[in-house]
Amino acid sequence: MHFSIQNILFLLVAVAGFGLFAWQVRKIRANILVGRDRDMSGHVNERLWKTLLVAFGQQKMFKRLTPAILHLIVYIGFIVINIEVIEILIDGIFGTHRVLSFLGPLYSLLTGTNEVLGALVVLAVAALWWRRNVKGVRRFTGPEMRAWPRLDANVILYIEVVLMMALFTMNAADLKLHGASLPGAFPVSQFLTGLLPDSPTALHVLERVGWWAHIVGILLFLNYLPSSKHFHIIMAFPNVYFSRLVPQGQFSNVDSITHEVKAMMDPSYQVPAPATEPDGSAAAPTPFGAKDVNDLAWTNLLNAYSCTECGRCTSVCPANITGKLLSPRKIIMDTRDRVEEKYNAPLIFNPNLYGKEAKHDPQEQLDRENHTLLRGYVTPEELWACTTCNACVEACPVNINPLESIVEMRRFLVLEESAAPNSLNVMFSNIENNGAPWAFSPSDRFNWADDLFVAEK
Amino acid sequence: MAELTAKRQVSVPMMADLAARGETPEILFWVGCAGAFDDRYKRVTRAFVRILEHVGVNYAVLGMEESCTGDPAKRAGNEFLFQMQAMQNITTLNGYGIKKVVTACPHCFNTIKNEYPALGGEYEVIHHSTFLQQLINEGKVKAEGGESFKGRRITFHDSCYLGRANNIYEAPRAVLEVLDADLLEMKRCKTNGLCCGAGGAQMWKEPEPGKKDINVERAEEALATLDGDADVLLNLQGVESTAPVLPAGSNRGGSVIAVACPFCMTMMADGVKNKERESDVQVFDLAELIASAEGLNA
Repeated sequence: MHFSIQNILFLLVAVAGFGLFAWQVRKIRANILVGRDRDMSGHVNERLWKTLLVAFGQQKMFKRLTPAILHLIVYIGFIVINIEVIEILIDGIFGTHRVLSFLGPLYSLLTGTNEVLGALVVLAVAALWWRRNVKGVRRFTGPEMRAWPRLDANVILYIEVVLMMALFTMNAADLKLHGASLPGAFPVSQFLTGLLPDSPTALHVLERVGWWAHIVGILLFLNYLPSSKHFHIIMAFPNVYFSRLVPQGQFSNVDSITHEVKAMMDPSYQVPAPATEPDGSAAAPTPFGAKDVNDLAWTNLLNAYSCTECGRCTSVCPANITGKLLSPRKIIMDTRDRVEEKYNAPLIFNPNLYGKEAKHDPQEQLDRENHTLLRGYVTPEELWACTTCNACVEACPVNINPLESIVEMRRFLVLEESAAPNSLNVMFSNIENNGAPWAFSPSDRFNWADDLFVAEK
Repeated sequence: MAELTAKRQVSVPMMADLAARGETPEILFWVGCAGAFDDRYKRVTRAFVRILEHVGVNYAVLGMEESCTGDPAKRAGNEFLFQMQAMQNITTLNGYGIKKVVTACPHCFNTIKNEYPALGGEYEVIHHSTFLQQLINEGKVKAEGGESFKGRRITFHDSCYLGRANNIYEAPRAVLEVLDADLLEMKRCKTNGLCCGAGGAQMWKEPEPGKKDINVERAEEALATLDGDADVLLNLQGVESTAPVLPAGSNRGGSVIAVACPFCMTMMADGVKNKERESDVQVFDLAELIASAEGLNA
């Protein structure tokens, strides 16, 4: 053990890195909790099983094989290589060198696997970069994928390559310095030693540079996550756990409306007392549906933080395919931008709303009255293009439900603003007056049965 | 026809009449607004009743006591109107002590099955595709003695509210199996099925501005599948197809797009018309196909 100033420095860096991350996570937790309450407790076994299949097992990724395999390599690489981070942390704090080497053959297996996975990750990341930037996969484009989201997607790939390079620099220099006496197996680095200088001093410096770059890189990456779509590596798990278990066609019933309707049909029905603040005063009435992010359920906001902007939802959306303005991915990205604008922002906050990449008329943005999720970010035209077909819900690899947010905003438009398209208002009044969405007389409802014959066999 | 088939007039049993006699039917056939008013879908309602009469199921309908389930209002965001409709229907159904509901409309099916229970309406709800599958499995319907579909091409269009919304993919296909036809799957089928464009209350409004109507995109896919036209299929991503209206040397008359939903029926039929293919491709509901294969039309 060589305890030195380096170890104190490392301890400070590690504490700062994890501390900053914890501070950012607290802000995001607060953002999610501004959403309306929704009871998602219970069904623990069913939820755990689903998390195991969909989040951990990436079940829904395998609907598209090529990206699924590339993603799986990076994902497994991430999990396994992070075991080595435990060693780095211990070595860094206590001044040890490869502390896990007492594991013997197991240590060789671990380091060997890490090296192979590291090389595969570099290849997979190169393929992913090519798909995004050269091949031009259609779902990586679209109005919401300019500016920050586009840069963010590439930054993640670059950081992953830098981290792998640091790992290989550290291992190759260590291997050249210690030769065969170095514990562990290095199937990739053994071919890289020739590229390094022969001077032991230079090798020692290189080994340290690689070591520091790897761990500092990881800490920086960790703190980059809350500003990035890459946050999905953490949020996918709670998001899948808290996703809906009911059939996709089942929409929520609004309880406050149930009370009103029951009271209308049965005058003796007792409507529950309105909610009160802790001090006993009446709570502000909550609107029907959603105008802004805090009118959505907390699970809808959790969705926004789990989105990795892959665009599978948008690429299967019938409205989007046929050129309508609606993009389910944009609804989810807008939700995250808006909650961070209104409440807590992470370290980097660069919403797509402003600047030359703006999606909306600048005059509209300045209109503070309407600067909410609905209208400020999401236009009624987008919402009315939805066929509620659930293709986006089915497509999402981490069980995000854009449809719920769309319907909540439609509810606000209809119930609070009476702002439905005119043809839908006609349909509503037909149902009210005729009990059918078309203007037919209820007395004609049974005419279909006239002169009906069946062949006798 | 060489010999005259005997036929009898059907007097559709009304729930109110049964209740007056103190009887309860085995199933309540929920007709739905499209089934009652839409001229095209009335033929599906009649075909389904012929099947019910043929197999001798003890059934009844609500007739004029039926009202919209509230589905279009709910999908459009009008929760208040939905719950008004729901409570009214639940009062009617519970008043008659209904236990089992069968409907030919996936929207009615989804709403009654999934959204009525929380408002006090709990029934066993079955879509007619599942019901027909049961009749076939029990040997009560054999698809014999009527029109032959042998060798004809049929492709099934999945309805969102049957498929993704309620995971019913196999029942309609099992029903089509007995026709002994040439069943073809569209590329976007089952969980990946493309909406016809009518869901979410789109049926009652003009589509938003875009480059194409959804039902045309879907009709093109269905037609290209029936034609075996790989080029059109490859290029279908919202791009208007430039394929000739009728492929040269086409001799594929009598191909069928099978549907199981009144709105899909309208949208697919309009799409086929848009492509000027109504002369050789027809859109039929499962119940119509079974009724004519069983020779029940009279």
